Amino acid sequence: MQRRVLPGLHLTLGLTLLYVSIIVVLPLGALVYKAASLGFADYWRIVSSGRAVASYRVTVTCALAATAFNLVFGFALAWVLVRYRFPGRRFVDALVDLPFALPTAVAGIALTALFAPNGWFGAYLARVGIQVAYTPLGIMIAMAFTSLPFIVRTVQPVLEDLDPTLEEAAQSLGGSDAAIFRKVMLPLLTPALLAGISLAFARSLGEFGAIIFIAGNQPFQTEITALLTFIRLEEYDYQAAAAIASVLLITAFVMLAVTNLMQARALRYTQRA
Amino acid sequence: MKIRLDNVVKTFDTFRAVHGVSLDIESGELVALLGPSGSGKTTILRMVAGLEYADSGKIHFGDIDATDIPVRDRGVGFVFQHYALFPHMTVAENVAFGMKVSKVKRGKQEIAARVAELLRLVRLDGLGKRFPSQISGGQRQRVALARALAVDPKVLLLDEPFGALDANVRRDLRRWLREIHDELGITTLFVTHDQEEALDLADRVVILKDGDIVQQGTPQEVCREPNSPFVMSFLGDANRLPATVVNGQAQVGTATLPAPGVADGKAEVFLRPGDLDWTVDGGGVAAKILRVIDHPGGRRLLVAPDQGDVLELDVAPETLARAGDTGFVAVRRGRVFAA
Amino acid sequence: MSASTARKPPRIGDNPAFRRALIAIVLVVTAFFVVAPLVVIGIEAFSKGWATYAAAITDADTRHAIYLTVVTALIAVPINTAFGIAAAWAITKFDFWGRRFLLIVIEIPFSISPIVAGVAYLFVYGLQGLFGHVLQAADIKILFALPGIVLASMFVTAPFVARELIPLMQAQGRDLEEAATSLGASGWRTFFSVTLPNIRWALLYGVVLCNARVMGEFGAVSVVSGNIRGQTNTMPLHIELLYHDYQSAGAFAVASILAVLAVVTLVAKVLLERRGAGRGAHRPALATPPPSAAPQFASEKTT
Repeated sequence: MQRRVLPGLHLTLGLTLLYVSIIVVLPLGALVYKAASLGFADYWRIVSSGRAVASYRVTVTCALAATAFNLVFGFALAWVLVRYRFPGRRFVDALVDLPFALPTAVAGIALTALFAPNGWFGAYLARVGIQVAYTPLGIMIAMAFTSLPFIVRTVQPVLEDLDPTLEEAAQSLGGSDAAIFRKVMLPLLTPALLAGISLAFARSLGEFGAIIFIAGNQPFQTEITALLTFIRLEEYDYQAAAAIASVLLITAFVMLAVTNLMQARALRYTQRA
Repeated sequence: MKIRLDNVVKTFDTFRAVHGVSLDIESGELVALLGPSGSGKTTILRMVAGLEYADSGKIHFGDIDATDIPVRDRGVGFVFQHYALFPHMTVAENVAFGMKVSKVKRGKQEIAARVAELLRLVRLDGLGKRFPSQISGGQRQRVALARALAVDPKVLLLDEPFGALDANVRRDLRRWLREIHDELGITTLFVTHDQEEALDLADRVVILKDGDIVQQGTPQEVCREPNSPFVMSFLGDANRLPATVVNGQAQVGTATLPAPGVADGKAEVFLRPGDLDWTVDGGGVAAKILRVIDHPGGRRLLVAPDQGDVLELDVAPETLARAGDTGFVAVRRGRVFAA
Repeated sequence: MSASTARKPPRIGDNPAFRRALIAIVLVVTAFFVVAPLVVIGIEAFSKGWATYAAAITDADTRHAIYLTVVTALIAVPINTAFGIAAAWAITKFDFWGRRFLLIVIEIPFSISPIVAGVAYLFVYGLQGLFGHVLQAADIKILFALPGIVLASMFVTAPFVARELIPLMQAQGRDLEEAATSLGASGWRTFFSVTLPNIRWALLYGVVLCNARVMGEFGAVSVVSGNIRGQTNTMPLHIELLYHDYQSAGAFAVASILAVLAVVTLVAKVLLERRGAGRGAHRPALATPPPSAAPQFASEKTT
């Protein structure tokens, strides 16, 4: 039996395992068990039903669009915060975390108030013929809002730590700004960007509170998978709820693996160079 | 390409890094900027490169006033202390970078041929497909040099190029850099705080202290005729003895040394360990041996004179000497400076 | 010569036109996208006047919701903090088989949709769940009552304190604790005298984030609380209820309380980051490269 130098292993490890088992593993295990006890035929019928598949489509496409928007805007925001100085920079830097700190329901009603047809922005957009609330566009905006910090905060440190002599070397070799950005900086930032977008995408897939107010929640049109699960619960259709929740669970695990992989690769250049 | 610095000044915040430095570098020369940290040598190099802008003064490349020209248009090759190799590109891609982004369009084959030629020049043929993380520090620095040379620079600038390397790698690369310079004939300016490196490598050494040039000349000139105690101490081990100057002659113990241009009165004599001898009789400064240090090159004695600082002198390895012995330190040569 | 008039060679992207345009675009989008939601909460909350606002805040059901939210936080946050400390101690001060696996398991709740969390708890403590019948027989209410809300909140925020402490304690190593132990200190003594002072800001940071999330949790609590007005509604749920009841001013009034909490959380975050917590710590994961040749003076840094 290996002798430990520091005390407390048994106590802390015991507490940790106890807590993790009861709080995390037990419920997830119960969900998996419930979903598995459906039998394959029933399970498949539920998760491949028209409405479920429509919800996957809505959720995934909106998440992709929101992530794409955040990729550009989040990167621009990180760039501006790191490389430029302007009045209010520190204020904006702190604000980036607002979507992370604000309760999702509060964000939900706020975004709805802004983009509803009679809302601050919604009214102007309606005049140009664009409707945001109660359409997939509303879902995308809610997803983009809640996942913005993930991209900005993943890219910022890498941008801050980028070796300035690399830029100087590239300039001394005669490259234009655009060429240097494309060939030197972007490749070095890509791993962090990938880690950021996989975090943002995962978050968007699972988001609930911020979306359901602005979405309209029309089955087949603006109903996200998380909401469908909730509706099945309200209908006391626990089997369906379990099945669809398990789809969300599996997706979350897959994204967890992808994100970990991306984050490991994001460290590639900082550790080697 | 001749370089001319004319009264160049650079201040960071309230720190005056460079105070009105003027310097001429002839075409094809290999010049070392030597000095302790904070002497402004790196700042001067970066201003020549265009990585910093001078606050006042002018920098000329040949006939052209380059003071305000951005770095990418100056045609300099810069080698950084920590190589600054692009970690996501192979060695070959690194070397080719300047050619690929250049306004002068070159064909793929032409670029590849030139990369191969340069890798051969820096003796790294065959390593083109490796990544910087897969090669040693010395190899990385050679890639950095090849990359800088690839764009046919008019001027080669190196910032403490061997500072991050082991001592023996440093020596080898030093010799090799001199060979390359002699072969290509590019005007080269490099920065170092290592006096051995500067003296070994350069045609001319420019010694800086606190943002000013204190002395410049060939290695022979600065070694044999240092113009100040600072230069003397910076270039190598130096002992200090008090002396009195009367009529252009300095009295040190029982020895007399010429002191041209030094006013009468109190003075200091600076002596290299090799300028002193140890005798058990005969004239000189009375002293007692504190320690005997043996090394492959010879024998060094640490002695304490009756008055003044501890002296270090190099003697022949066969010299009879033990800690505790008393004797005399004879002065053969020395430089006299006003106190 | 002052720093503001000193010229610096332009870096990539420093072209004045490009820079100004980019800053302008980013600021405008941020104003519309991030600031506006916060502002609209305040405006809508007071849209029907102070009287309505005060009435909404002091309404009995609202007060109960606030009470429930606070009580949940008072239970969930300390337990989670204790768990976070224990987990961080176990993982960073010892090597044991399965360490990495434990790390992953702790991170799991961070990636899971809150609805899934709620549903999972339903299937443990609900009537159709594992313990459903046992609980009903013993007349213990977990779901649709405070215990269920607390448990679901703990699931969702389980990683928060741990993930702030673990990288930091990992970087700090074991030397200090080993020194203390070799001098005869007990485990508790070592923790309180040696470890805690070094991690207090990161710990506080994790607690602040954990609290913000517990008080704001919506999806998971929606599922397990039963949504009974005046009894099992936390503030986020009560906001939803008021909103769907067309009492939008009332909903925003309650939301404004949580919005203030969010702003306080942000301020706390910034202050703690200045003391080296969260982003303020230069984590070893993102190592700084060797210093460049030029002297780095404060005015030259653009960060």
